[in-house]
Amino acid sequence: MWSSNARLYESQKIAVKYFTVAVALFGAQLLFGLIAAIQYLYPSFLFNTLDFSIARMVHINALVVWLLYAMIGSVYWLMPEETGIDVVGAKLANLAFYVLTAAVAVVVVVYIFVQVGPGNEMTTWLITEGREYIEAPRWADIGIVVVVLIFLGNVYATVIKAQKRTGIMTVLMADLLALAGLYLCGMFYTSNISVDQYWWWWVIHLWVEATWEVFVACVGGYMLMKTLGANRQVVEMWLWIEVAMMFGSGILGLGHHYFWIGTPEYWWEIGALFSALEPVPLVGLFVHVLYDWGKERGKGNNIKNTPAFAWLTVETFGNFLGAGVWGFMHTLPQINLYTHGTQWPAAHGHLAFFGAYAAILIGMFYMAVQGKHGIKEMRMSTATKWSISLITGGVLIMTVSLTLSAYVQTMVERGQFGATWEGYFISQAQVWFVQGLGWRLAAGLAVFVGFVLLVYDLITIAKKQKAVAAEAEAEAVPA
Amino acid sequence: MENKPTSVWTSNRFWSRSAGWVTGVAAVLLILLTFDTMAQITMGTAEDVENKVTKRVPSPIVINYKITYEMDQRRGHEVPIIGGNDGNGKSLFQEKEKFFGRDDWTEEEAMELVNLGKLTVQAKNCMDCHTLLGNGAYYAPDLTKAWLDPAWGPEGPMQAMTGASSKEEAMATFLQNPDKYPTHERMMPNLGITAEEAKGVVAFLKHMSTIDTNGFPRNFGKIKGAVYVE
Repeated sequence: MWSSNARLYESQKIAVKYFTVAVALFGAQLLFGLIAAIQYLYPSFLFNTLDFSIARMVHINALVVWLLYAMIGSVYWLMPEETGIDVVGAKLANLAFYVLTAAVAVVVVVYIFVQVGPGNEMTTWLITEGREYIEAPRWADIGIVVVVLIFLGNVYATVIKAQKRTGIMTVLMADLLALAGLYLCGMFYTSNISVDQYWWWWVIHLWVEATWEVFVACVGGYMLMKTLGANRQVVEMWLWIEVAMMFGSGILGLGHHYFWIGTPEYWWEIGALFSALEPVPLVGLFVHVLYDWGKERGKGNNIKNTPAFAWLTVETFGNFLGAGVWGFMHTLPQINLYTHGTQWPAAHGHLAFFGAYAAILIGMFYMAVQGKHGIKEMRMSTATKWSISLITGGVLIMTVSLTLSAYVQTMVERGQFGATWEGYFISQAQVWFVQGLGWRLAAGLAVFVGFVLLVYDLITIAKKQKAVAAEAEAEAVPA
Repeated sequence: MENKPTSVWTSNRFWSRSAGWVTGVAAVLLILLTFDTMAQITMGTAEDVENKVTKRVPSPIVINYKITYEMDQRRGHEVPIIGGNDGNGKSLFQEKEKFFGRDDWTEEEAMELVNLGKLTVQAKNCMDCHTLLGNGAYYAPDLTKAWLDPAWGPEGPMQAMTGASSKEEAMATFLQNPDKYPTHERMMPNLGITAEEAKGVVAFLKHMSTIDTNGFPRNFGKIKGAVYVE
């Protein structure tokens, strides 16, 4: 994808590898999402061959894994620039990359071709753990832990060797340790489903609503400095404020998952209060990005990488709308009692994962393309504009469609029919519900076309920029 | 600006220390609450049932009892009632109900069944279509109170369809060959569930219906036109 990489640090070459696999997994996520979306409308599609449960499992697992790949890649990319030195254990990091990628490939092949196993612990060790988002079998869990330990060791050793620690690296070191440690909470079996889900949320919630949010704040800070030349002091001050707000609200915001799983009633108040605060740091992030932009633009500085900056802007709006607004809409227990377990969380999840994480990490792909080719100022191409519009517009339409379907399901299944089997299927057959799913599929196809353009753009944009630069130079000479 | 912040509000040191304190306090609170919650959601024992002590997650031995989901006036929502209601929304642990022909499952046997059910639910990826306690995918009905669903009751369609004479047998028959008993165009695939595994899953579902979910789902099976009344 990226031809010459002589000017890169070893760490950044590793980053490029992680980014490449991330893009491939992103494609797999969309493909299996399309299959699942088709099955909602035409249930006989691939029935008893690749059932909805399998398509959906690959869809959400590919999502989580490509985001993690892109996150690890982002750290390997920005670390040498933040510390001023290359990664300490490049060979080990490379080995870890290949081990992880081989393991991911085996897990996916088993998911698709073996699918399910007998009801015993062996299945959870070898085939699937059957726990949403972290279905990966136990052997893969252990492999992931080893690979992440190598990654963490590299980050810590590099920063220690550099004897220079920026605010961004300090936050990242603490955040990555928490992110890795939390994964352990999902690595055990219990026959008590309430206890099971209690700890399962420690992984899922404390990842996506705490540690991942802080992670993207670090990456966002780095991108602001690189693309706008934003002042480090200002960026890091806001980063610390965001850490305080994000962890201050997100850690106890965990309570909004403890309303109905058998846990005591006091989680109603705790969950409601803290999760209502969760959008606050997102508003802060939103405001300060726009503020910085205006301020720095005023000095006549050009944006150094407009595709990356455009994706960062999508992230700001997407995170605020998807995680903040769509999350808050159904987070209070009085409302959640009726929306929990309907298409509501699906609508919220699509915009939140895309807005908060996918968008900014796509921005990092463009940062890597720019760095790899040594382009001083990278401009959007036609393909950049089309892909960003199709993907973002597609996810927005998808979210709104799912929200409308969710309304119908909530009103009919939960309000009118009391959540029974019959009520469920009556809600699924409502015209408006089905229409919403139709629009979702159409929007999903648009996202997929946008993805194809994104891949094309990532491959070709550097060449085009160089051609434009050469032309400008040739024109400048005679004058 | 780098070396002389004009006020505390623009001092990175102030904000980094604040971030540390806020995070620390939130984490400590979460850990303290976790200790309390764990104590409350640990599975109860056969002794609790004998002493008529209601637990949020009772002993699996409750599969020997009749389960209902009734309004608790004091709490303002429905709660699981095990073995009859004392009139004030408290379980009496008296009224038994045969489960696969027996109402004398020992705690050990019941635990074995529920455990097999839980393992099967994981091994077959049930949560990637269904929701359990409201979590999972939204392609198929929520199973939190599936045991109490009128569709499986004496007046629901499922017993007649599967030719079974009890709720648990109807459920177990369906689970083993779901594609033989389609209720809607959206069908459950055949997941190779064995007779023993099916029995386990039904025990697991019956046990799950006794978990105190703070009134979720609301009005389950109570609304006219969608329910049978015993």
